[in-house]
Amino acid sequence: MAASSALGRHWDVLVVGGGNAALCAAIAARRQGASVLVLEAASRFYRGGNTRHTRNMRCAHDSATDTLTGPYSEEEFFDDLLRVTQGHTDEDLARFMIARSKDMLTWITEQGVRFQPSLGGTLSLGRTNSFFLGGGRAMLNALYLTAERLGVEVSYDSEVVGLTLEGGTFRSARVRHAGGTAEVTARALVAAAGGFEANIEWLKEYWGPPAENFLIRGTPNNRGTMLRMLLDQGVKEVGDPTQCHAVAIDARAPKFDGGIITRLDCVVFGIVVNNKAERFYDEGEDFWPKRYAIWGRLVAQQPDQIAYIVFDAKSLTSFMPSLYPPISAPTLEELAGKLNLDPAKFAATVKGFNGAIVPGGSFDHTVLDDCRTEGLTPPKTHWARPVDTAPFYAYPVRPGITFTYLGVRVNEEARMQMADGTKAKNMFAAGEIMAGNVLGRGYAAGIGMTIGSVFGRCAGTSAAAAAARA
Amino acid sequence: MTAHSTALQEAERLMTVCNSCRYCEGLCAVFPAMEMRRSFAAGDLNYLANLCHSCGACYYDCQFSPPHEFNVNVPRTLAEVRNDTYATYAWPRPLAGLFRRNGLSVALFAALSVAGFLFGFMALNDPAVMFGTQVGQGAFFRLMPHGAMVGLFGAAFLYAILALFMGLRAFWRDMEARNPLPTDAPSLWQAMKDAGRLRYLDGGGVGCMNADEKPTDNRRIYHHLTFYGFALCFAATSVATLYAYLLDRHSPYPWWDLPVVLGTLGGIGLVIGPAGLFLAKKARDPMMMDETRKGMDAAFLAMLFLTALTGLLLLVARATPAMGTLLAIHLGFVFGFFLTMPYGKFVHGLYRYAALVRYAKERHRELAGH
Repeated sequence: MAASSALGRHWDVLVVGGGNAALCAAIAARRQGASVLVLEAASRFYRGGNTRHTRNMRCAHDSATDTLTGPYSEEEFFDDLLRVTQGHTDEDLARFMIARSKDMLTWITEQGVRFQPSLGGTLSLGRTNSFFLGGGRAMLNALYLTAERLGVEVSYDSEVVGLTLEGGTFRSARVRHAGGTAEVTARALVAAAGGFEANIEWLKEYWGPPAENFLIRGTPNNRGTMLRMLLDQGVKEVGDPTQCHAVAIDARAPKFDGGIITRLDCVVFGIVVNNKAERFYDEGEDFWPKRYAIWGRLVAQQPDQIAYIVFDAKSLTSFMPSLYPPISAPTLEELAGKLNLDPAKFAATVKGFNGAIVPGGSFDHTVLDDCRTEGLTPPKTHWARPVDTAPFYAYPVRPGITFTYLGVRVNEEARMQMADGTKAKNMFAAGEIMAGNVLGRGYAAGIGMTIGSVFGRCAGTSAAAAAARA
Repeated sequence: MTAHSTALQEAERLMTVCNSCRYCEGLCAVFPAMEMRRSFAAGDLNYLANLCHSCGACYYDCQFSPPHEFNVNVPRTLAEVRNDTYATYAWPRPLAGLFRRNGLSVALFAALSVAGFLFGFMALNDPAVMFGTQVGQGAFFRLMPHGAMVGLFGAAFLYAILALFMGLRAFWRDMEARNPLPTDAPSLWQAMKDAGRLRYLDGGGVGCMNADEKPTDNRRIYHHLTFYGFALCFAATSVATLYAYLLDRHSPYPWWDLPVVLGTLGGIGLVIGPAGLFLAKKARDPMMMDETRKGMDAAFLAMLFLTALTGLLLLVARATPAMGTLLAIHLGFVFGFFLTMPYGKFVHGLYRYAALVRYAKERHRELAGH
């Protein structure tokens, strides 16, 4: 069907967004018998928002499966969530989500999504997380195929630019499509349109001018348009607006959509300096998950939001390759020249670091080893080896924003809650737009997809029920 | 590293990109093989290109495929590299150019020239026999002496085998150059199983992706019909040869006899399979194709199709006066097929098998804990 005629019809359930949460909602609603229209702001190729860049999902399970190496209890999942969020979570919703995650793998497999056999390898997530065969876009392709087979209509290049609500009741959405706008009416709404990380102006409200230098790792479409309209029209807000998942990524990455291959985690093998050639944080503080989660924010706090990971020939092949080759030079001074750093100061920083290393340590990046500095500020408390073997290398890094935490408040039906304390009548939310309910800060791999799938499925079922009553 | 062609340079860039993503590692053998390397010599890239079965899953699963600015198009790039390898390893070297020109016209010209020659030879030799009805044992050889047929086709066949072997040897040496591994029976057997069921043409389990992101198993089914059809025809010829030399039983054989049964079944496979593959190729997303070398595939499919079709027609009409003419045409196609074998798409079967053997060896070494 042509999108324009789809936009002209009256629907049971209107799903705004086109990622994992949106598709789970659309499929769940359609399976309840509702007529469903999905509005995806992106073109067909770019459909799916940040789901395109995801790879795995974290679900509780009682025993090993074909794709998971061991049990992962609800209690352990909850403990992990508490640790990464430092308690910034709605315990009831979090426990509800974790309980529902147990049959999610079965449900999502029934929708055509496939997983690959458990990985040994680099990520150490084989017990807790299931990996999509072919990655997030493969998962999306499967979900879209299933949705279309069930009779869900999808309209691409369709951005919602206006919402008509009456209190907690959704009436219609104004949709920009094919050079014009259309008014779409539906009995129930599922908002699954992501966060606002691609809206630099909005980020600047909290981060100030430094936000201009942020790189956005995923879709340029997550501008928070739906979120803004919902909050402005009385839906209750949740989550800290200053919180976003920021990692250090290659500064040469494109402004948007660079995805996974611009990530760098060689911090542990060298030192990190800012553009004044000064170190600013303990590169050896902790392992990957924590390191990964903090370095984006650390770089964001440096002048011009840029830093350089510097290492030497000893470490070149010790970490995952990335998209761009490191910048290299035969001497530290020449490397400084290529990085536009003061050569004398840079050499002094490296020399000071090398000289502060306690001799006799035994390097092992798989444990918190005994290679450390003494009398240096900031210290490097583990994995400290002298940067002394030519050629020397550097990766320039900037903050790479993955997603934001500000969202709309929901309950266990994925039903939106209004600021005045009432419940929305026919409005539901799933995915990043409500992730802040369970993930107030921090991150653990695969939780975004759990939130999207679990609340997407709930939202779809609830919306179909609401539409049937309307 | 040797001077790289444009296609090799692009393949090298892609392997760097893919190695930093690895989302596709569960789809086929190419990506795990890639992960075992950090740098890529020409021999490595040629190996990976021939390990690729062009199932297309990695193209539709990739978040960086065009129009994304990273422009990751593994199926097309590896198809270009793969097609280059056929010419690179061709023997003798001066004939490498045939791969570029091996369009349908070259193959058809070769086949029809031979058919014309045979037709003239047989017709002039004895028009009465040529245009009469010949039945019973040795009917074919009343048109052309058995010795002449064996000499002509045996020579063409042996030449093809030699040229194919020399090409395969060059490919093998290049593939093994940086890291030779011992070849053992389990690896050969593993590769035979993988090739025999086209394990890596299944998009990781759902089927290959040809026209769009919706998986289908068509290409695998048609390829099976083609490959096993060819194998059955080859078996039919082998059995007939044994009959002739061991039992002194000569063709044409009755319809129920083994060579005819094998040949008929194989012929049917070779008519349906190549036709299906051709249609699948026409429906294929042009983004994934090496547009400059489509002629090579078309020629190979057409030769298989026409060889089988003329063979089946000969079977049907062998007791009629048309037999002589059909025999000339069929033998022309067989001869043309033999002649173009080392310089056309046929080599992909050998190179892919060799790449699968190499992969089985690497995999074995990896599992052994290196």
